[in-house]
Amino acid sequence: MDVTEYIKLVFTDYTLRTITLGTAILGAVCGMLGSFAVLRKQSLLGDAISHAALPGITIAFLITGAKDSNILLLGALLSGLVGTFWIRGIISKTHLKSDTALGLILSLFFGFGMLLLTFIQKQPNANQAGLDKYLFGQAATLVESDVWLMAIVTSICLFVLLLFWKEFKILLFDADYTKTLGFNTKFIDILITTFIVLAIVLGLQTVGVVLMSAMLLAPAAAARQWTNRLGTMVIIAALFGAFSGVFGTAISASQNNLSTGPVIVIVAGFFVLISFIFSPSRGLLFKQIRFIKNRRDLQLHKTLSFMYHIAETHEDITHPHTIKILNNFQGYTKGTLQKLADKHYVTLSDGNWSLTEEGFKTASNLYNQQNDNNE
Amino acid sequence: MDKKKIPVSAGRIAVKVDDLTVAYNYKPVLWDIDLEIPEGVLMAIVGPNGAGKSTLIKSILGILKPIAGSVSIYNQPYEKQRSLVAYVPQKGSVDWDFPTTALDVVMMGTYGSLGWIKRPGQKEKKAALEALEKVGMLPFKGRQISQLSGGQQQRIFLARALVQNASIYFMDEPFQGVDATTEIAIINILKELRKAGKTVIVVHHDLQTVPEYFDWVTFLNVKKIATGPVKDIFNDDNLTKTYGINYKVSIQE
Ligand SMILES: Nc1ncnc2c1ncn2[C@@H]1O[C@H](COP(=O)(O)OP(=O)(O)OP(=O)(O)O)[C@@H](O)[C@H]1O
Ligand SMILES: [Mg+2]
Repeated sequence: MDVTEYIKLVFTDYTLRTITLGTAILGAVCGMLGSFAVLRKQSLLGDAISHAALPGITIAFLITGAKDSNILLLGALLSGLVGTFWIRGIISKTHLKSDTALGLILSLFFGFGMLLLTFIQKQPNANQAGLDKYLFGQAATLVESDVWLMAIVTSICLFVLLLFWKEFKILLFDADYTKTLGFNTKFIDILITTFIVLAIVLGLQTVGVVLMSAMLLAPAAAARQWTNRLGTMVIIAALFGAFSGVFGTAISASQNNLSTGPVIVIVAGFFVLISFIFSPSRGLLFKQIRFIKNRRDLQLHKTLSFMYHIAETHEDITHPHTIKILNNFQGYTKGTLQKLADKHYVTLSDGNWSLTEEGFKTASNLYNQQNDNNE
Repeated sequence: MDKKKIPVSAGRIAVKVDDLTVAYNYKPVLWDIDLEIPEGVLMAIVGPNGAGKSTLIKSILGILKPIAGSVSIYNQPYEKQRSLVAYVPQKGSVDWDFPTTALDVVMMGTYGSLGWIKRPGQKEKKAALEALEKVGMLPFKGRQISQLSGGQQQRIFLARALVQNASIYFMDEPFQGVDATTEIAIINILKELRKAGKTVIVVHHDLQTVPEYFDWVTFLNVKKIATGPVKDIFNDDNLTKTYGINYKVSIQE
């Protein structure tokens, strides 16, 4: 199946369109909120919340006996919130470290959820089949109303994000200071956390309890590599998330029955990999290239400043000197000399070199840090 | 000279702390602190590591909840007077890799007066630029904050507090890790604030510069040892009470 054919199919085929749209929206909202989780160094929080949602799903099923996904997700939301606030409680009321609290709640809730799940599966109730899709997700079961729910929640989330942008930003950067300015930090904190829980719950059906936190963290971690502005980071993370959803769905649809959730997560992981290598300012590749370039520049600059000190002793700075006196100097090679000439820092003429005005100026400013401050 | 300009009796009390006791776990790290800081002083809080200096500032500012005690600013509860108070936290208290610029951080100083939801505009930006100028960081305004040196980060924090245009400034070790020139630049800014009638409270570690920089001092080590004008109470007796018998050795180092 080629690309144009697939794209046509996305627009005409109901199931494919629903899944593509659903995973794209999900990826976008997770990327947006994941940025906050990453910047608060609460990467584990997403994992804990999604695992904490499992008992809610099973209990909701046990009580209602129905498999309506909205009711099950409501259960997930409730137990996710309970788990989150227990974590907060444990951290603020005891001396346990936050990772201990997160790990504790994660395994306790997940264990309990699994217990209930196996209990349900042993029952003769025919309805129970497929409840385990919440473990690893099953995008194929998405219907239009699910996508609508996602779209509505995402819009509300976006609205709140824009409304309280300033408050979110300052809380993320410096919570104590925010408090002294008179902001109710608890309220802002609860607002952020609640939306993270909402996003996670929305993704359970598609990506599942186990992989959900990757959906939250991967796009944000990748986005962080490309920018030094919070706003840009949130936008890039949302885009990465949305593309992970679209590409992931495409790959799994064209490769016959590859499970969608894991594929989406792998695509998101791929974005992370690319970002960590190729990002211009923080990526490994350009860091290495910059390092090599800097080392080369250093030799050039050393030679230039050596020439500068010679030229300085003359009244006329452009007075020619013989190339021979450079021979003892470490950084000097024919190549560096030629490069300096190419940059018009020196002029060469039969065995002599002389500094140009420009070269003199550059050399005298070489170690002046202030120069490159205005980038 | 300006020490004489502020007779204790004439000045108003800017900050008043009553019976403040604070504990993180079981054992209080601050015991029964009573403190009156007159308006217009430049005061140092001195004491050994772990004496509770940061804790004192944080409890005054409501960041920590004390077990007991109260704080008033110009005779009113602190909660009502927040807008009069600015805070410079210890530099290590935030993640400097946060994706934002120097100018952006300084702008945060205007958020308090803006209140909820309203975004900073041209007026706030202008104020922030002026503060950056004052601390000599204007050329760095567009820099990502992780690419600033420790002393530069410290000056950004100072600028953020200056933007608040407060009456009372609390600063937790603003001289930490800054070079001699920057230290003088900062102290000159603080002295300027005092000249403008503001009250400045600074956690300070270098005992040798206390008489030169400050006109008021509080000795703290879990309990309040002493508080008053530097010229009256900055003596061996109080230093020994605060730092223990060996403080002279540590000064000579
Ligand atoms: N978050 C915390 N949890 C538990 N104990 C704490 C916490 N923060 C500080 N302490 C303890 O409270 C006491 C006072 O700490 P504080 O940070 O106020 O000291 P300080 O005077 O500012 O020290 P320094 O000069 O090192 O900055 C110390 O004994 C410290 O171990
Ligand atoms: Mg401290």
